[in-house]
Amino acid sequence: MSKKNNKFPLNLVIAGFGGQGVLLAGKLIAEAGLHEGREVSWIPSYGPEMRGGTANCTVILSDSEIGSPVVENPDVLMILNRPSMDKFLPSLKKDGICIYNKSIIEGFTPRSDVKMIAIPASEIADKIGSTKLLNMVLVGSFMANSKAFSEESLAYALKKSTSAKHQNLLPLNEKAILEGAKYI
Amino acid sequence: MASKVLMKGNEAIGEAAMIAGCRHYFGYPITPQSELPAYLAKHMPKRDGVFVQAESEVAAINMVYGSGGTGVRVMTSSSSPGISLKQEGISYIACAEVPCLIVNVVRGGPGLGNIAPAQSDYFQAVKGGGHGDYKLIVLSPSSVQEMADFTVLGFDLADKYRTPVMMLSDGYLGQMMEPVALPEATNIKKYDKPWATIGARGRGQNLISSIHLVPEDMEKHIEHLYKKYAEIEKNELLYEEYQCGDAEYVMVSYGITARICKTACVMAREQGIKLGLLRPKTLWPFPKMPISKLAQSKNVKGFISVELSTGQMIEDVRLAVNGLKPVELFGRTGGVVPTPNEVLTNVKRLFSIK
Repeated sequence: MSKKNNKFPLNLVIAGFGGQGVLLAGKLIAEAGLHEGREVSWIPSYGPEMRGGTANCTVILSDSEIGSPVVENPDVLMILNRPSMDKFLPSLKKDGICIYNKSIIEGFTPRSDVKMIAIPASEIADKIGSTKLLNMVLVGSFMANSKAFSEESLAYALKKSTSAKHQNLLPLNEKAILEGAKYI
Repeated sequence: MASKVLMKGNEAIGEAAMIAGCRHYFGYPITPQSELPAYLAKHMPKRDGVFVQAESEVAAINMVYGSGGTGVRVMTSSSSPGISLKQEGISYIACAEVPCLIVNVVRGGPGLGNIAPAQSDYFQAVKGGGHGDYKLIVLSPSSVQEMADFTVLGFDLADKYRTPVMMLSDGYLGQMMEPVALPEATNIKKYDKPWATIGARGRGQNLISSIHLVPEDMEKHIEHLYKKYAEIEKNELLYEEYQCGDAEYVMVSYGITARICKTACVMAREQGIKLGLLRPKTLWPFPKMPISKLAQSKNVKGFISVELSTGQMIEDVRLAVNGLKPVELFGRTGGVVPTPNEVLTNVKRLFSIK
């Protein structure tokens, strides 16, 4: 059973290019939240913006019934590319957290009223073995910063969301998550 | 209770349909409902079911008519423009009293419109989008859980009353993932169907038809249909009241919009505004009596119909309120979905609440 906690409801927007694993990152977070007995919702962008090559999703973790699945002012942002930074940073709640991939996002004006967490996610992912792991690095940082669920719940979600033939990739993904979790 | 799984609304409908015993699906792809046929295309053959991607929406609805006539549980799904194409067939099916489930995952319109969520097909669903005197039972889910539950309910009501049932959903509900406790197969009701056309050996002929050439015969048949509709109105109304007990202002809202209104209700209470919500779960039958009762209550100063259209359901709200209290509209349309804050701001504006 979930414990009442003022961390919740926690509203998260994840945004980046299509193919960076934005939607999967959101699904893992939703699965991890569900595993801890929370109400969760996940909604992707599926409109014209998706056809333009960018992807985003909104995830809500809550202790009570979730109303609107779309939020105006998220508590946490996870940003994977520069256009998404420009689009979503202004919407972040004051004192919110912006976790972003420093490797490919530069030259923007950070906000001073939020916590900006810059992660060289592409480099970290490359070092572990594949650029594709960069979404996991950011998910790791989200876990450490939000404390929205335990490492075990995330590992469970990861295992559940990985097809049988790709189970051998789990250790690499877990390593990426742990590296990301160092950025708080 | 069964453990919950994380599923998209469109997929939850597909899984629930198979649990409800549906083994016949006929459709044609269109966003934002394509996950539903995709799910059934993958899973139906594994459960000895039939999945047909028809050559058009018109073909698909007539395949539903044909297989429904044999008494099997059958469904089709589409989104707004595709549902328009199916209307002739839906009218035939209603007249011929063939049970089936029709899912509309509504998108922005009119015309080809866009693929964003909308509720602008209310009139089409509730007032009969096809020709002639008929009604559809119209179910309006507000969560992925209800998309699963109402799929089972839809098949049940269709069989119980020998009538087509429509589930009126929208792009957001179809696309979003939420935890869902899937229905139990053991709870599915089965119905005898002595009217089905499955071979007449040892009995008289069954005829499933929508032609009644003699006007007096047609009138008699329509009267029969309307007797059935009266039974449905009496027995099958579903709705939810939220913070209506002491409400001074009551929003009437369904589907995805009702969730946004619920959040707006909570925000209103924090500001000391007594705002409530009445959420129809069945759009036909419409919760006329509950709204009428609220209209007669001393507390209630007015109603706001909140919908993703320029004002369609509001006509039914006004009929139920019957002039007793003011009824205002807050609608966004064309695929635009308001935020809870926007809903509350407009409720305050419409009734000059400080």
